[in-house]
Formats: sequence, C-alpha cells, structure tokens
Amino acid sequence: MSGSIAALLAPALAHAELVWNLQTPVTPIARQMFDLHTYIFWVCVVIFIGVFGVMFYSIYKHRKSRGHTAAQFHENTTVEVVWTVIPILILLAMAWPATKTILALKDTSAPDLTIKITGYQWKWGYNYLQEGFGFYSNLATPLAQIEGREAKGPNYLLEVDQPLVVPVDQRIRLVITADDVIHSWWVPALGVKQDAIPGFVRDSWFKAEKVGTYRGQCAELCGKEHGFMPIVVEVRSKDDYAKWVGEQKQKAAVAANAAK
Amino acid sequence: MSSIPHDHVHGDGHAGHAPHPTGLMRWITTTNHKDIGTLYLLFSLFMFFVGGVLALTIRTELFHPGLQVVNPEFFNSLTTLHGLIMIFGAIMPAAVGFANWQIPMMIGAPDMAFARMNNWSFWLLPPAAIMLIGSFFVPGGAASGGWTLYPPLSVQGGMGFDLTIFAVHIMGASSIMGSINIITTILNMRAPGMTLMKMPMFVWTWLITAYLLIMVMPVLAGAVTMLLTDRHFGTTFFNAAGGGDPVLFQHVFWFFGHPEVYIMILPSFGIISEIIPAFARKPLFGYPSMVYAVASIAILSCLVWAHHMFTVGLPAAGLLFFMYVTMLIAVPTGVKVFNWLATMWRGSMTFETPMLFAVGFIFLFTIGGFTGLVVAIVPVDIQLQDTYYVVAHFHYVLVAGSLFAFFAGAYYWLPKWTGTMYDETLGKWHFWCAMITFNITFFPMHFLGLAGMPRRIPDYAQQFTDWNMVASIGAFGFGLSQLIFVWVVMKCIRGDGAKAPAKPWEGAHTLEWTLPSPAPYHSFETPPVVK
Repeated sequence: MSGSIAALLAPALAHAELVWNLQTPVTPIARQMFDLHTYIFWVCVVIFIGVFGVMFYSIYKHRKSRGHTAAQFHENTTVEVVWTVIPILILLAMAWPATKTILALKDTSAPDLTIKITGYQWKWGYNYLQEGFGFYSNLATPLAQIEGREAKGPNYLLEVDQPLVVPVDQRIRLVITADDVIHSWWVPALGVKQDAIPGFVRDSWFKAEKVGTYRGQCAELCGKEHGFMPIVVEVRSKDDYAKWVGEQKQKAAVAANAAK
Repeated sequence: MSSIPHDHVHGDGHAGHAPHPTGLMRWITTTNHKDIGTLYLLFSLFMFFVGGVLALTIRTELFHPGLQVVNPEFFNSLTTLHGLIMIFGAIMPAAVGFANWQIPMMIGAPDMAFARMNNWSFWLLPPAAIMLIGSFFVPGGAASGGWTLYPPLSVQGGMGFDLTIFAVHIMGASSIMGSINIITTILNMRAPGMTLMKMPMFVWTWLITAYLLIMVMPVLAGAVTMLLTDRHFGTTFFNAAGGGDPVLFQHVFWFFGHPEVYIMILPSFGIISEIIPAFARKPLFGYPSMVYAVASIAILSCLVWAHHMFTVGLPAAGLLFFMYVTMLIAVPTGVKVFNWLATMWRGSMTFETPMLFAVGFIFLFTIGGFTGLVVAIVPVDIQLQDTYYVVAHFHYVLVAGSLFAFFAGAYYWLPKWTGTMYDETLGKWHFWCAMITFNITFFPMHFLGLAGMPRRIPDYAQQFTDWNMVASIGAFGFGLSQLIFVWVVMKCIRGDGAKAPAKPWEGAHTLEWTLPSPAPYHSFETPPVVK
C-alpha cells in the first residue's frame, strides 16, 4: 500500500519546486500586470485580515456559551455610509494604475516589426509580413510521452518544432486571426493574451527586454487538441535575429524555386 | 420530506375536494408547493451527484500529467456537461425548490399562485436532464465546446449539441414559468400587514432573482436558437464568411450569463440573511440597505457582461467601462458582507450546522469576491482569463457560495419540512469535511492559474503536477463528504431523530416557524396578520 502511494506521488516528489505566482515578466506590460496583481493581492489581504479579524473576534466573544446576551441594534447610518464610501475610495486607488496599463497595452502604434499569427485546429501559423516568409508551428512532444510510454521531457507539452523568433528590445506588433474556430495566443512572460477570431483581425504588441525562450499555450477551448497547441517564442539579439531572417529567406527562396 | 402528513391534513377543511392521488401519481400530478419543492430539491440533489461524477472523472484524468483515463474529446464533453448540469440541473432547481417550499410559508400564503404551472415547470426538467445526460450516448458524443457553447466550435459538434440546445430551451422555459409564479405569489399573496419592506430577506432576494430570470432567460434562448439555425438552416449569425461575427454570440451569451451568476447567488444571500440573525439572536443589521444592495447588484449585473471577454479585443473604452462597472459591484457586495458581520457583532451566537455553513459561506464567498476583484482588473485578467485561477474563482462563489448556502438552508429548514430534527453530529461532520476538502480542492487552483495553466485541458506541463494532485485528492474527499448529507436527509425523511418542535431555533422569527412541524399540507389556510 505505502509502495503504491509512493509510486502515485513520485511525479510530485521528482518535481520539488512548487509554482505559486505569475511567471517572471520580460516586457514592460507584463511587468505592470505582475505589479498590479501584487498590489491588489496585498490590498485584498489587508482587507481580508481586517474583516475576518472582526468576524472571528465576534465568533469567539459573542457566543451564547460564553453567556453573551444579544444586543438588539439593527441600524447605524454613520457606519453604513462609512463602509460604502471607503470601498469606493479603495476601488479608485486600484482603477487608476489599471487604467494607465490598459491604455498602454491597447496602443499598438509605431511597431518595429509586424507578425501575422493564425490559429488553426491545432497549430499556429506565423507570417513575417515585411520579410515575406512564414511557417507553421506544431507541438513537438512525441505521442509516446503523452501516452506514458516514454519518460516526459523537461518541456513536456510546451515545445514546438519551429518557434516564433523575434528580436529583443523591439516593438513587435502581432496581428492575430484564426482559420477555423476561436483560439487564443497567450505567452504569460510577454503579457500577451489575445483571442484569435476567425474572419476578424485583432492586434496586440510586446517588447521583450531579455533574450530567452518563453512558452505559452492556446487559452481558448478550440476542440480536442486544445491542450496540445503550445506557443514558443525565442527572443534573440538583433544580430542573431538578422542571421535567422537571412536563413529563413533563403529557405523560402529555395522552396519557391523548387515549386517552379 | 415525503413524510408530510398528507392524508391527515386532507381530512380537515377539504371536504369539497376529490381525494388526492397517492404513490407515484401523487408526485406526477401534484400542485402542492411543498411536494413540488421536494421534487425540485431531490432532482437537484440527483443532478448534483451526476455533475459530481463528471467532475471526479475530470480530476482523475488530471491527477497525473499524460493521458490516462479519457481521450481529449470526451474530456471536453465532461467539462461541458459538468458545467451545464451543475448550473441548470443542480444549483438553479435547488434555488427554485427552496422558493417553492419557503416563499408561501414565509409570506403567510396557502400555496403558490399558479399551482398547475408550478407542476409543469418542474416536470419540464426531467426530460431536459434526460436529453443532457443522454447526449453522451448519441453519435459524436455529448457537447464538447464548453458550457458557454461558443461558436464556431459549437457549430462543428455532432447532435449532442442539438440535444444540449433543446435541453437549454426547455430548462429556460421552466425557469421563466417558475419566476412568473414566484413574482405573482410574492406580489399578491402576502399576509395582511406584510408590506414589501417587511418581507423576509429570502423573499426579497427571490423576487429580484425572478425578475432577472425573466429578463435574461429569453436572451439565452435567442442565442442558442441562432446557434441552432447556424448549425442546420444555413444562417450565418456567427460566421464571418456570411457577414456574421463569432464574438456576437459571446456578447449575447454573457448578457444572459452574467446576470445568471447573480441568479445563482442572490437566493443564497437570502438564505444567509435568514440564518445569521436566527443564530445570532439579533435582528438583521441594515435591512433596508440589504434590500437596496441586492437590487443594485441585480441592476449592475446587467451592465458587466463583457468582463468575461476582456481578451477578445474590445476597444480601450469598452475595457475601461466594463472594468469600472465590474469593480463597482464590490460596493453593494461589501455592504452585504459588512451587514452580516454587524448582525453577528454583539449577538448571542450558537453554531449549529446551519450557522456553521452560513459562516463558512461568508468566509469563502468573500475569498471568491476578492479574486473576482482581481480578475475585474483588465491587465491582470489578461493573464488570468481562461486559466485555473478563474476556475478557482467561480467555484469559490458557486460551490462555497451558492451550494454552501443551500446546505445551510437545508439544515435550517429540514426540521420544518420533515418534522424531524436532523442529526447534529453528522451535520457538523458534513460541514467540516466539506469545508476542509473544498479548500484542498480549489485553493491550489489559484496557484495553477497564476503560474499559467489554461483551463479545459486534459493534460498539462509538469510544473503543474503537484497542485493538480492535491486538487484531485481534495475533490474525492469533497465528493465523498456529500454522502454524509444524503445520509442526514434520509434520516430526516424516515423520521429517524428527535421530533422537531414548531420553532426549533430560538432566534428565528419568520412566519414558517409559527406553523407546526412538519408544516401542514396547505401552509396558511387563514392568513396570519403581520404587525
């Protein structure tokens, strides 16, 4: 029995690090989201402690078994006005920074680079509009790992054959659509989640400040493989990115020649 | 609950009536608010377990990463039907069951206004339930596009979707009839002297809920009808290729869907507002402001639907409007919580099971309210939309909110309904098991959502393993805890327990406690006078 419990818990023990919080942000917008969440979280914690401190004090003190007799008051206008007005003030203090972030994240003007993203059942298509090439990005995790016939790799379900590659410190504008049903392109570290609506084009943007690989997933239920269409974004230095674009252009040219 | 002394009461004051049918025909032909209330409550309890089995299948699959138990298509059907069954099959009928039992007794009326329509609105539900559950066995399987039925995905599905659409139509019709009945009863059949502002809070919350239902259920019917014609009759309401817009469905759906969440919680607010004063032995604090708070929550709930759609690409002005109005709902909701606390303050409290569930409700519902505030903030919601954080949030307000309040109400009124006191020890066990396992199940989902786990996925990346295991273990504990409740109810129905006095709760003051326990078949044959 204890052996089987150990076997059941093995994956948890093998993976000692618990996840608690939003992923480390690498764009200004994602950082604002992160900070806003932290700020609101602590405001809520303080209110929570205050309100439930009062409740549990009352539960402890004002119980019949301690011989407490009930007071019979049932209204107090001053108190009621106070606990209507103070929450409004707290809400205003939350709404102000949120409003600034919303205006910033909706501003998709003046991009350095525009990429068209298309959601398909079940993969992503990326088109570099200025450079004139594009490709599909499929799940790279082998079926054997999903079905448990092989050990799962470190990036299980979060790996693709061809990642989206972008340069660091550039404003990247994403124009997002879908081919069949609604999908949602989401990379937490970049602070972008935008639904991909078939027949319509939506846009979003990000500016990654750190070279690295960032992973996300489709966030809108899109059918049976919804859990199996991850997103991987590689942020590269300007030079690396230029080199990569050269290779892609060459590949595209070879493919075009072959097609002739 | 079947132990209502039916034949008994029939003798007095009923000389002119034909004898009531007995056995199965009693239940099929009944026009009595108590019988119908019982049917509603037992139906919702049954559907609660059906939905629970679906949930536990989901949690079994999610115990480990990888696909072990079900295939992804079936997994999607499980999440879809779990949602639909719990909302339309368990929570809403339970609320109507409480309304049927309690509203006539609380306002001093003999029965509901439209007795036959009352029968019809209940008996519409079983066919709808058969369609929903039966859709698992049709070619193509049950609907798998999520309970929100978003097109174009829902246009792709098989006939399971059509069955779901018809089931939603039927349940909507049932809700509308139930609401008309409730409104008519409340507005016309109150005891002499019971002005609107003297009504018990439970009656107030149901009056407002019924108006919300009448307003939004037709909107849902319209949305799913458009879906049906898009699927079969060549219309293109939601297809861009034909000049439609998939997002239009979301707007229409959530215009129903957001008031719907208040439809599910307002009757619970009412139940809690009855129980807290009864066990604090102190009048409800701020009764008028409670009424105004419920009314303003209901009005605001109609202006916030797009906060379910912050990632579809609304313009900045739209995002700001819906964020501000959503945040504003925190104010009347806060007023309600503060009023409950002020009612408890300097009371003389005892903690029988109804009170335990009521306090548990306030505690957990408030956590759900805080996370609601977090997801109201657009930039934060963009990270959390469609993740497990949202799953955690709405289970805190729906399970620890609506469901806990219904448990509280069931324990509170079971003595009145059955004439037998429930088993206090078992009730306390039920509360503590449910309270602890609920948090083990749903609290870790906040962490999963923050860390980036999308909802509605049958398999997940390995960093999410630990919390999913915890949640799955908790879920089984939570499911098993509910069997205690079934046991308690069975004992009461069988009369196994102390005989309940007319007023088992020292601090309860509403009219139903002036009736003997169990309550007579026709609650008040002569209206009481309310001072």
